[in-house]
Amino acid sequence: MDNPFRGFRAVFYKEALHVRRDFATLFFSLIIPILQMVVLGYGIDTNIRQINTVVYNADGRRESRELLDRLKNSDTFHLIRFVNNDRDLNDAIISGKCRVGIKIPVDYSDKLLHAMSAQVLVLIDGSDSSVAGQAINVTTAIGLDESLRRALVSDSNFAVEMRPKILFNPDSRSPNFFLPGLTAILLLNVTTFLTAFSIVREKERGTLEQLFVTPVRPMGLLLGKLLPYLFIGFFELSMLLIFMRFIFLVPIHGNVLLLAFLSLPYLFVSLSLGILISSKATTQAQAMQLAFLTILPSVFFSGYIFPRETMPKFCLALSYFIPATYFINITRGIILRGASWVHLWSDGLALFLMGTFLLVIAARRFHNKVIMA
Amino acid sequence: MTSSDQPAISASHLVRRFGDFTAVNDVSFRVEKGEIFGFLGPNGSGKTTVIKMLTGLLPLSAGDASVMGINVRTDPEGVRENIGYMSQNFSLYADLTVFENLTFYGRIYGLSPERLRERMDAIVRLNGLGPYLHRLSAQLSGGWKQRLALGCAMLHEPSLIFLDEPTAGIDPVARRQLWDLLFELSAHGITFFVTTHYMDEAERCSHVAYIYFGKVIADGTPDDLRELPAVKPPGTYRVEISAPRVTRALRAARTIPGIRSATIFGQSVHALIDDSLDLEQLRAQLLKNDVIVAEIRPLAPSLEDVFVELTCKHQAEQEASRG
Repeated sequence: MDNPFRGFRAVFYKEALHVRRDFATLFFSLIIPILQMVVLGYGIDTNIRQINTVVYNADGRRESRELLDRLKNSDTFHLIRFVNNDRDLNDAIISGKCRVGIKIPVDYSDKLLHAMSAQVLVLIDGSDSSVAGQAINVTTAIGLDESLRRALVSDSNFAVEMRPKILFNPDSRSPNFFLPGLTAILLLNVTTFLTAFSIVREKERGTLEQLFVTPVRPMGLLLGKLLPYLFIGFFELSMLLIFMRFIFLVPIHGNVLLLAFLSLPYLFVSLSLGILISSKATTQAQAMQLAFLTILPSVFFSGYIFPRETMPKFCLALSYFIPATYFINITRGIILRGASWVHLWSDGLALFLMGTFLLVIAARRFHNKVIMA
Repeated sequence: MTSSDQPAISASHLVRRFGDFTAVNDVSFRVEKGEIFGFLGPNGSGKTTVIKMLTGLLPLSAGDASVMGINVRTDPEGVRENIGYMSQNFSLYADLTVFENLTFYGRIYGLSPERLRERMDAIVRLNGLGPYLHRLSAQLSGGWKQRLALGCAMLHEPSLIFLDEPTAGIDPVARRQLWDLLFELSAHGITFFVTTHYMDEAERCSHVAYIYFGKVIADGTPDDLRELPAVKPPGTYRVEISAPRVTRALRAARTIPGIRSATIFGQSVHALIDDSLDLEQLRAQLLKNDVIVAEIRPLAPSLEDVFVELTCKHQAEQEASRG
């Protein structure tokens, strides 16, 4: 009798053994979808809450404070900064620290008391259209509500007039919003993957072992590996910017050279990450999985797709440890908001520190692991 | 720096532990300059670990070693400047040409462009790589890959070269050619440290050591080892028994008193016989067991015999000390 299922049990049992032996692969292939689900489940909370907001209250009297309380109680705005002049108000938004700026004019209370219409300026960072939309809706609603409340008491007409002004990307084009962020993700793709693969390939072939028997020093080896991919990353960045500017017609408001300069620490981080991955992985397949594990959080937690404002606290905290978070602020800052060095140096510094930290760990692991293996 | 009577390698009481496991256990040996030193042993017996210790890649847990007069503990970088190393899988860059591979290793060792050209010419002439200079090394056959790897390992003119299983997976002709090359280089004063599984290669070495589970259990010239009392106990001799039905001959041989041990080698049985049993008596005994013998002749022990005897003796001692 010819059994068409002959060998099934043997193969099944053997396969189960493989899975058990290679626990890391199983772990990653299970954890990645779960991670995705958690992130998507939490991340797509279309109710945008707690938008970082800067306030310039030139009036300062009771009426103005009441208005601010109402804004705060709406849960949409998180008043994190109070400034005393227009320049600081603008800077807070350009640097990406706040998405919304509210300016209450010096004569706000006077106008209300004299039953005149008082205007409140609402500056909105338009680089993220979903945040901008929510900000407009809520401020207008609060203005309307405030007016109605006053109209019921006294007889005044339209008391509080919210005047929203969308800065940067006023027509809310989605390429303007997505492409600068996409640049950050794509760069990560090139640099982290390529470096990780180039080293793991040498491990697989045994050439790394050979190199360690030569007088080459670990730092010489690592930097020699890093630099070519830094150039490739840089070239990739230029290509992406050219495409973005001339094919998708995204205007660049800031200084391109500053963007190029600030991309160096970001490339440094992602290359170091590649090296760290290669110190852990022994095969290219493993390196692939580990690299994906670093790409996913960069896509979900960096603010590239979901505004960081909508994230649960845990994810928000996590976003501070993701290099793309800083670089996306840099690309959007320079391209959309015309930010300059003054606004972005802290992001550059954060990236540089991360890169140094990762490279030191990678070099140390490398030295211990590769030699001992 | 290095005086002429200094050994190429001197290892004394090397120990390497990985956690609870002792991979190398009190290993001592000396390799003189110009020797072809064969380092033998089964897989996992500690051969590669010893090489890693001698090349400064693995710290020593205990013991001391110097290579070309340089202490491995205090100056591993110095050791690496002075040695060549060719690993088991000819670690070449498959996507680089022969020329590019050689150039890369030359630069790693900091050769000046003139010196690099000079050395490359010499190596290409010696190894016959000329026609393949601009071919990708992925396209070379095993034998040529191995020659290229050897070329890369000797580009910086080391006076000591480590070859970790240089002939694994190579066709017999290439194997023979490699050994001819090694003899030629050895005549120029280069010392070789070679690990291998092939007994015929071990026979060609001027000095062999056998490591078994982290301990060196034999050390000397192949001829010295053949004369060891453990291999050739006094009052015994070795014979080769050719018989048409060799497995049957083996079974019979093991029952005959006066035959101390017997093993099959191809179409014959190698046996260690007491002097009291002469060849005619042996033939008669075998015939009594229904074994028709084609030929019996005295035999010098091969290195394989040597290692088999020593390993059995070592195992027996281990069991005795445990039990």
